[in-house]
Amino acid sequence: MNTVLRTEGVSKAFGGVQALDEASIEVAPGSIAGLIGPNGSGKTTLFNVITGYERADSGQVYLNGTAITNLPPERVFALGIGRTFQLTRIFPSMTVLENMLIAAQHREGSRNPFARAGGAASRRHATELLEFTGIASHARALAGTLSYGQRKLLELSYVLAADPDIVLLDEPAGGVNPSLIKHIAQRVRDLNAAGKTFLIVEHNMDFVMGLCDPITVLDYGRVIASGSAEQVRNDPRVLDAYLGADDSADDESVEQGSASA
Amino acid sequence: MTGDATLAPLSVWTIAGRIGWPASNLLLVAALVAFPLVFTNPAVTTDAIDILIFVAMAAAWNTFSGYTGYISLGHMVFFGCGAYFTAIATLDWGLTGSGVFWLLPLAGLLGGVIAIPFGLVALRVRRHTFVVITIAVVFIFQQMAYNFGVTHGSSGINTPVFNFDPATYNNPFYYVGLVIAVATVAASWVIRRSRYGLQLRAIRDDEDRARGLGVQAMRVKIGALAFSAIPLGAVGGLYWLTTYTIQPPYAFNPLWDLTIALMAFLGGLGTVWGPVLGAVLVEGAQLYFFPQTGGSYLYYLVYGGLFLFVILGMPRGLIPTAAELIEKVQARLSREPPLAAAVSDGEIDAEIAGGTPAAVRAGESA
Repeated sequence: MNTVLRTEGVSKAFGGVQALDEASIEVAPGSIAGLIGPNGSGKTTLFNVITGYERADSGQVYLNGTAITNLPPERVFALGIGRTFQLTRIFPSMTVLENMLIAAQHREGSRNPFARAGGAASRRHATELLEFTGIASHARALAGTLSYGQRKLLELSYVLAADPDIVLLDEPAGGVNPSLIKHIAQRVRDLNAAGKTFLIVEHNMDFVMGLCDPITVLDYGRVIASGSAEQVRNDPRVLDAYLGADDSADDESVEQGSASA
Repeated sequence: MTGDATLAPLSVWTIAGRIGWPASNLLLVAALVAFPLVFTNPAVTTDAIDILIFVAMAAAWNTFSGYTGYISLGHMVFFGCGAYFTAIATLDWGLTGSGVFWLLPLAGLLGGVIAIPFGLVALRVRRHTFVVITIAVVFIFQQMAYNFGVTHGSSGINTPVFNFDPATYNNPFYYVGLVIAVATVAASWVIRRSRYGLQLRAIRDDEDRARGLGVQAMRVKIGALAFSAIPLGAVGGLYWLTTYTIQPPYAFNPLWDLTIALMAFLGGLGTVWGPVLGAVLVEGAQLYFFPQTGGSYLYYLVYGGLFLFVILGMPRGLIPTAAELIEKVQARLSREPPLAAAVSDGEIDAEIAGGTPAAVRAGESA
């Protein structure tokens, strides 16, 4: 099957806590896939395993059909997976433009490390991306002076600067105001229209339902459902997971979930 | 504020900077070349050599610790190895002429080579743990120097080798020191603005995030450590040649590790000129106060007071604080709002009106 990103039975335990339990997901090229689930269901852990920040205990991760399981973060990035973090991470003592140029180095032809950082083409491309996300007027400011929302936009911008095959967004709408959420959603749509593939972890249901298809639901590290927004919304196992219906349904739903995944 | 935000406004300041900066650097180097010809007093040139040695050490240290944020208090390992190597090689090979100076590139290389296993061990940990390990390595080397036969134990290696003309005895040492110091500062400047420097500074801000953007952190850090060790090794060799005396506690001197770190902090950690300024001020002050206080170590009180002032008054160091002041004055003169004016959400909403993003298309074609 044609997928950009695929995980196959990925498991990860932290001490006695099974953060991921045979989690298998697939992201088709050109899609905006969503990954939801209650707090502690393993969404960020799955991101960390995919991008090399955590080692999987078992299972495989494939990018464009090639196994990339447990490669270090810099290799995973070089192969074409860019990600943002739940708690936005930028380089505060460097300017916004310098932030952009770190990731952009991978696009540059020059291998000479002592060449001046950021050729004209990289700077132009970086500025275009900053204009696209709406923070170009801050290009020369220190990234540490940006507001939280602007930092989110910067992190998205510099991940895009490397032109990855797939972008993993960890709670892009978390902690930002409604008009900025709308802005970010529209940027993702625009990028997707131009062919970019996304996998998005998000708690904001309006954001996910309006943007993502398919949506995969994790609970206790397992995939319990996967499908369109409509299917997921009406799935009793998903309602169980979020609202905690009666306990007897739990085991059953988990079995069905892993069978369907 | 629209248009090309990266293009600096062509003010009087930028024009002056573009012409004035390279010119003033050239002028500075010319003055330093002429210095021993004007000030022929050996006491003065001896002090000048001392300052050049510290400029090279602080600038080299800064290209690793200042740029990456990994504060090393172990660089004297490279200094000491360079000093011992030069001493042993000079005496074993019976070198006496100025050809001895060709040992210094080798001493530098030795420092760089030792830095690689040093880094492979110490750079596995971060922050305080890294600092503690680097201090430990200095003491390990000091103990080895005490106990190995080749280093002559606690008595060290103390044999004069030169018979230069006393009137200009210091000049060769001065010029070699000048070459090392200028080359180190120049390299530090090249690295600061290079792709490599960008990666080092990204590691300082957030190493794990940098790795997630393709920065091969371990390789980059070890490279910077090895590079910064080269001037230390060479300067260690020069130190032995000027004093022809080296003993374990002075070759591997933890106080000097603190001194070069404090020099960089005073001038401005991670800047090109900060460590240079710090070295000139601190070493200059010490050379002045040491005889003034009758050769006692009272000048440490002056040190202490100075650093207390820096930490409380300008924790980022002299150069960043001064740059900030200049920027403020410039902003007031040109009556422009400061750079970091916040963008409102309204501006972002207006951005949404745009059509197909140019940047995406550029990304596709690249």
